[in-house]
Amino acid sequence: MTIADDPTASTVATAPLGHLPHWGPWRTGLAILRRDLFVTGREFPIFLAQVILQPLFLLFVFGKVLTALGYTRPGYQLVLFPGLVALAAVLTGLQSTALPLVIEFSYSNEIEDRLLAPLPIGAVALEKVVFGAMRAFVAAAVMFPIGVWVLGAVPWQASTFGAVLAMVVLGSLLGSAMGLILGTYVPPNRINVTFALVLTPLIFTGCSQYPWPSLRDLRWFQVVCTLNPMTYISEGLRGLMVPHVPHIPVGVCFMVGVAYLAVLMVVGMIGFNRRALG
Amino acid sequence: MRAAPQGTTSATATIHNSDSSRSGPAVEVVGLAKRYPKATADSLAGVSFEVERGEVFGFLGPNGAGKSTTIGILTTRIRPTRGRAVVAGVDVAADPVGARRVLGVVPQMNNLDRSLSVRQNLIFHASYHGVPRGRRNRLADAILDQFGLADRPDGRPDDFSGGQIQRMMIARALMHSPSVLFLDEPSTGLDPAARLFLWDKVAELRSAGTTVVITTHDMDEAATLSDRVAIIDHGTLLALDTPAALVRGMSAGRTLDCTVEPGAGPGADPTGLVAAVSAISGVSETEQLEDPTVSGWRIRIHVEGDPASFVAQVAQVVAAFGGSLTGVRLGEPNLEDVFIQLTGRALR
Repeated sequence: MTIADDPTASTVATAPLGHLPHWGPWRTGLAILRRDLFVTGREFPIFLAQVILQPLFLLFVFGKVLTALGYTRPGYQLVLFPGLVALAAVLTGLQSTALPLVIEFSYSNEIEDRLLAPLPIGAVALEKVVFGAMRAFVAAAVMFPIGVWVLGAVPWQASTFGAVLAMVVLGSLLGSAMGLILGTYVPPNRINVTFALVLTPLIFTGCSQYPWPSLRDLRWFQVVCTLNPMTYISEGLRGLMVPHVPHIPVGVCFMVGVAYLAVLMVVGMIGFNRRALG
Repeated sequence: MRAAPQGTTSATATIHNSDSSRSGPAVEVVGLAKRYPKATADSLAGVSFEVERGEVFGFLGPNGAGKSTTIGILTTRIRPTRGRAVVAGVDVAADPVGARRVLGVVPQMNNLDRSLSVRQNLIFHASYHGVPRGRRNRLADAILDQFGLADRPDGRPDDFSGGQIQRMMIARALMHSPSVLFLDEPSTGLDPAARLFLWDKVAELRSAGTTVVITTHDMDEAATLSDRVAIIDHGTLLALDTPAALVRGMSAGRTLDCTVEPGAGPGADPTGLVAAVSAISGVSETEQLEDPTVSGWRIRIHVEGDPASFVAQVAQVVAAFGGSLTGVRLGEPNLEDVFIQLTGRALR
């Protein structure tokens, strides 16, 4: 081994950091979040197109076309719009967290570098959920200008602005927490079929296209909808934006939503730890 | 392969700063065991060893021997069932976050961030480890240069060869200046040039004072790079010593291969010569080899001790039979022989 004896060989710079400023795990977590924001920011138009398209068409066909053709009653768009905001938040959250997790845990192994960063394993999962929720929040927020553009106006009350914001954040986190569960429990070769089996029922039992109390005469379906966490976001937003439409009380929606979030996060964290640690 | 001190940059002069406050071995493992859920036997069955600061420590064993489990525990990715593992003074089970601060990992599989460029991979890694912005930018440029990656810092990992990916992963691991660097099967799948580059870099790291723990199933790699080698199989540590000492302890494998030009008369029959050589003290066995490419006889003499010390005696015996010794080749055992003796099978 003569290479090492060669005095001209370049020296690998392994000087230690000396007195490293003590970055807590929180700051490492923020650095990881910054990486995700950096990558998303670079392809922001693609991201927007991705999240806008489906709600845009739903809004246009159900809120505009069907109403214009007389198949739905005028005012249906008022019922629909809060539900589509909820749908955008929950679905985008779910997809933004589940898909990268599946890829990073299996095909790319990219998550390893973050699992080897100086922060607790659970914090890596938390960052994934927070980042997924941020994307979801953007998707839900852009529904408002789109709504104005397609429908001419959106139901809106200045007095409930803060509560609407909180409900959208809750919906984004709920979706993202569901994504954590899907992304960690589902084996990569089953993710396609799982998405098909999970997304469709989730979309159509979440009360985004109809108010929950109106299902009185379809009792079994009403019960099914009660199980979907998205129902409480749709109903909560309806209560805040179009209070005259019958809805589940906003307080109940908040409480059930937060309880669901806690349960989903605990289950998701257990799944994440199982995947991350041998 | 003791490397000469280089001391060419101010960076190397300050290498031990972060370690000087701590003493003791770089890695300390006591009774470490792992049984995976649903497994019927331990994957790692109570292993104990120490890695000194600044040494290159090789882990040699076949697939499934327990190498990766050991490295997995030491790098906080696998939780031990029993025992204790300490890296640079930090108990990996009790304080995994603290341990991740002081260790670096170069995995077997490419796990680079494909959404980032080469340079961004290095810089974001450093930011996860709290390296200040100015320093991480400078360090990234310096390390890219040293690893021959400076010409394409903005390329994406997918556009590079296996050898270059390997270099990037080592470069990335060095961005937070770990006290102990773990390399998991680093030369698997590399071409010879890339392998030499890797060996070169490991030797440089060693001379710069970084402790390196390397797993391999390549005998040459273990023998060339490591100050000490641990041989592991079925989750048990079978031997641990310098490559030279491991080989020295071998009873088999020391031979003297001689080519003899026979003399006339009684010396024309090899049987007498073989018997006479066998009578030399320290010779355990002598055999005549069939080798049509050689004129004369080929004789393999198995000896105890240094084969070179037997050359003169053998030459005397050959001369006494009227023949002459025309060729001698000394056979020393290598790590592969050590491995076969310990495990009863070849590694590859």
